[in-house]
Parts: sequence; structure tokens; C-alpha cells
Amino acid sequence: MSGELSGQVAIVTGGASGIGAASAALLAGQGARVIVADLQDAKDGTGRFVSHDVASEESWKSLLADVLGREGRLDIVVNNAGISGGFANAETTTVESWQHVQAINSEGVFLGCKYAIQGMKKSGPDKPASKGSIVNISSIAGLIGSAGPTAYTASKGAVRLLSKSVALYCAEQRYNIRCNSVHPGGVDTPIFNPLWQAMGHEQGKAFVGSRHPIGRMAEPVDLGEVVLWLASDRSSFVTGAEIVADGGLTSGLMKR
Amino acid sequence: MPRLENKVVLLSGGASGIGAESARLVVREGGKAVLADRDEAKGRTLAAELGDAALFVPLDVTQEAGWQSAVAASVERFGGLHGLLNAAGVGVRNSIEDCTLAEYRRVNDINALGTFLGCKTAIPALKQSGGGSIVNISSVLGLRGASYAMAYCASKGAVRTLTKNVALHCAQMKYNIRCNSVHPGYIDTPMIAPRLSQTVGNRSGRQDLEELHPLGRLGRPEEVANMILFLLSDESTFSTGSEFVCDGGLTA
Ligand SMILES: NC(=O)c1ccc[n+]([C@@H]2O[C@H](COP(=O)([O-])OP(=O)(O)OC[C@H]3O[C@@H](n4cnc5c(N)ncnc54)[C@H](O)[C@@H]3O)[C@@H](O)[C@H]2O)c1
Ligand SMILES: NC(=O)c1ccc[n+]([C@@H]2O[C@H](COP(=O)([O-])OP(=O)(O)OC[C@H]3O[C@@H](n4cnc5c(N)ncnc54)[C@H](O)[C@@H]3O)[C@@H](O)[C@H]2O)c1
Repeated sequence: MSGELSGQVAIVTGGASGIGAASAALLAGQGARVIVADLQDAKDGTGRFVSHDVASEESWKSLLADVLGREGRLDIVVNNAGISGGFANAETTTVESWQHVQAINSEGVFLGCKYAIQGMKKSGPDKPASKGSIVNISSIAGLIGSAGPTAYTASKGAVRLLSKSVALYCAEQRYNIRCNSVHPGGVDTPIFNPLWQAMGHEQGKAFVGSRHPIGRMAEPVDLGEVVLWLASDRSSFVTGAEIVADGGLTSGLMKR
Repeated sequence: MPRLENKVVLLSGGASGIGAESARLVVREGGKAVLADRDEAKGRTLAAELGDAALFVPLDVTQEAGWQSAVAASVERFGGLHGLLNAAGVGVRNSIEDCTLAEYRRVNDINALGTFLGCKTAIPALKQSGGGSIVNISSVLGLRGASYAMAYCASKGAVRTLTKNVALHCAQMKYNIRCNSVHPGYIDTPMIAPRLSQTVGNRSGRQDLEELHPLGRLGRPEEVANMILFLLSDESTFSTGSEFVCDGGLTA
């Protein structure tokens, strides 16, 4: 397939659903060979599915070996897999649920960056030098607070800062690997299923949408476009940045 | 009038550095200081120096049961709890390429999980005492990245947003409990001592770190403790969920 990313290889964790699935489709649309690395297989999804648990280092090792072995190169990693971990607050969060959320949302992104760099540094016949783009999905919960899920909020704050450390380190080493964080507002994906079950999908979506200055929730493709831009050379001077796509939610106050 | 009269403050990491200096200020301002630290020798020595207004309790901040005993001991000895300082922490240098998963988890457990557990355990006791103030020490590296401190940056970023979560939760529940984060630049404490004695190019480690700060020097622990004192006291009652920077201009 031809396109801006023709010949490039991308891993999208959590690519079977929501933001990840939309990102995978847009990357593939520009010609990238996409590996969907997820616990669950999206039957009719984009790209090649590889069963993967982001919280497991062994799983990252075999994923990288598989990708380098079969595709011969790695250019893009989207660390998107994540869980909300439920609604437990500062008083009700248990150590076990804290650790579970950190293992996926924080350690999973740490491992994703570490193995991304290993893969992106490798050169080969059709990739002359170290190069790549790492896109980490944080959240507006990594920017502002919410009275909501405590472990989730902390994990997204960790992703925000670790992305900067990774960006600066890769710059310092002259690896030509960029790393940025994305901070979505509310996106209509299955992560909201508990709320949809409580309120109904249409009503719930309208309710969450009304909290955004722009008056609606995002669709997964809104975020997929941000990921595509960060993954491609169109954002070649952007590294260590926080890209906010939240319909204005963190911008300030509206007339009331 | 003393600024913390009869206020009971639990300080994790109270045996050394910023925590120790804060404990001294708490006592000087009429409060009671409960020093909770895993360094028993240093903690007991400082508690003895501070006299009747201080108590030492051994604590590993990653253990919830230890936090419960520390909070219970504070209430039992001094009759309530009005403040919590989460100052225990480890400063570790590593990059994304050389940090292991075990090390990433260790740093995040002490700095982030430890701070969360402090907040969680103290909230009921603070509530019972009519409200209070929680101060979490993040860092300038919770605001800016550093190529050489990946796991530390992640842990301090977690503390930064955790603080806002705790603040908003307590506000929503009308507990009269505030929660803020403090972001120090490089402060002259045992934590950074190894860095100060290294040489960087043709300069000493100390000079190298001094030059990072527009004020041209390192911070002193009492300068951070003064900011913490303000946040623990009733002078700051409209501040919650905020980031208080004490960095000699580093992030400016
Ligand atoms: N939807 C939103 O409103 C929103 C807002 C801000 C941030 N985010 C973040 O965006 C990312 C994607 O979320 P989404 O809304 O598309 O959710 P989603 O639930 O639709 O998709 C998440 C995907 O991650 C996969 N996954 C979960 N744990 C995994 C693991 N251990 N290993 C591999 N894959 C795993 C799931 O199987 C699923 O396919 C998450 O990091 C989430 O925190 C979402
Ligand atoms: N010194 C600096 O330059 C600087 C800069 C920014 C932030 N900070 C932060 O300030 C806080 C205080 O640091 P400091 O400079 O006073 O360091 P310090 O080393 O002098 O004191 C830290 C204290 O925490 C204790 N501690 C460590 N792990 C513990 C655990 N698991 N359980 C209980 N106690 C534990 C240590 O025993 C020590 O007494 C830390 O959170 C640190 O990250 C320090």
C-alpha cells in the first residue's frame, strides 16, 4: 500500500478496541504495516494481531522478537493499552488495585518505551539508521485532577513525566527517536461501558459530552488523527510534548 | 502566636533532610511532630532532640499496616491528627534504557504508592480531628522531565496528579482536608550528597547542580520546610490541589 508511512512498521498496544483500533486503521491507511498487540483479538480489525500483555516483560521480549523477525524493522510504537481500574477513590483504593492499574498503565508504558527503543535503534537494509516515534496515551487525568479513580490518575501522571524523560534521553543519545504524550478528554469507547450500563449509551454520551466546552465526546478517530500526526514525520520537531485533545476541557472556564 | 499551635503533624521521611527540617519547624511553631521513617537511628535521635513535642515511629511507607500503626500512634500520643507530610522518598538515577522493571517498581512503590497510602490512612484521622492539611513532596522532576531520572520522574508525576485527586475527593466529601504538592529544586540534603561529590567535566557536582538554578545555588532544607509550614498552617486555607514550586527559578 502506498502512503506517507509506506514501508514502516507500527505496534499499537490495545489496538483491538477504541482509540487503539482507530489509530491502527489510520496508520494502516497511510501504508504502515500494523501489529495489533492486545489481550483480545478484534476479529475484523486492522493489521496483524499478536497476543500481548503490556504488563509482562516476557511478552514484550517475544513481541519485539516476532516483529523484528517477521517485519525486519520497527518505526512506530503507540503505547495505548490501558484500563480505568474502576471508580475507587483515595479512600477506597486497595493496594492490590493500585498495583494492578500501575502494572498496565504505568509499567506497561515504561516497558513499551524500553522495548520500542531497542527495536527502533536497529537498522537494516531498508532502514539505514536509528529512527522512530513513540506515542504514549496519557489522559487529561494526567494533567488535572478529578475526584474519580485514584490509581488511574496517578498512573497517567507517571506516563506524562516518563514520556518527557524518554524524549530527552533519546535526544541526548541522538537516536532520532521522538516521544510524546497524548491527553484525550472523553472518547466514546468501551472503557466507558460501566457508565453506559448505568445511564444508557446515548444519554451517557450526551451527559459526558456536555462537560466538554465543544459540546460532545470525541470519537476514537479524533484521537487516531492525533496519533497519526505524532507517528509521522509531519511532527518531526515535536518531542517531549503534551498533546491535548479534549474539546477544550482543560482550557478554562465557560460562561455560566 | 505560634503558627501550628497544638496541631499534630505526621511526617514520613521525618528523620532526614526536608522531613527533618519540617519536623523542627513544626515543633518550633507549637505543634507536635510524629517522625515516621525507616531510618530508626536517625529518627530516634531527632525525636529525642525535639523532646516531648515529638515522637518517633518506625515506618516503611510501602506497607499499609505500618501507616495504620503510625496514624494510631499519633492519635494515641497527641490526641488527634491535623497534618500529614509525605516526605519519604528515594532519588534514583536511571534512564529508560538502563532501568529494570524491578527498579521502576521499587521507586514508584516508595515515592508514589507510599504517598498514596499516607493520604489514604490519614484521611479518616484528619476528618475525626475536624480537618487538616496534607502536603506531598513531588519535585521539579514532577513538572519537567530529566533524561537521567526516568523512574523518579514517573513517580513524581504520579504524586503530582495523585495530590489533585486527593484534594478534589476531600473537597467533594466536605472533609475540610486540603492537599497540595511541593516541588523542590535541588536541595542540599543527604539524598543528593553522592551527586555533589562527583565531578562533572571540569566542575564539581555541586557547581554543576548550582548552575541549574538561576539563583546560582542549591536550596536549603529549611527553605522548603518554610513552604511546607505555610501549607500545614491555617494561613493557606484556600489552597488545595495546587503545585507549590521552591526551586530557585529552575523551572522559570
Ligand atoms: N476513552 C477515553 O475517554 C479515554 C480518555 C483518556 C485516556 N484514555 C486512554 O486511552 C487508552 C485507550 O483507551 P480506550 O478508551 O480506547 O479503551 P478500550 O477499553 O476501548 O481499549 C483498550 C484496549 O486495551 C487492551 N488492553 C487492556 N489491558 C491490556 C494489557 N494488559 N495488554 C494488552 N492490551 C490490553 C484491551 O483489551 C482493549 O482492547 C487507554 O490508555 C486509556 O486510559 C481513554
Ligand atoms: N533533595 C532534593 O534535591 C530533592 C529535590 C526534589 C524533591 N525531593 C524530595 O523530597 C523528599 C525528601 O527528600 P530529602 O532530600 O529530604 O532526602 P533524604 O534522603 O534526606 O530523606 C528522605 C528520608 O526518607 C526516608 N525513606 C526512604 N525510603 C523510605 C521508606 N520506604 N519508608 C520510610 N522512610 C523512607 C529515608 O530514610 C530518609 O530519612 C523526597 O520525596 C525527595 O524525592 C528532594
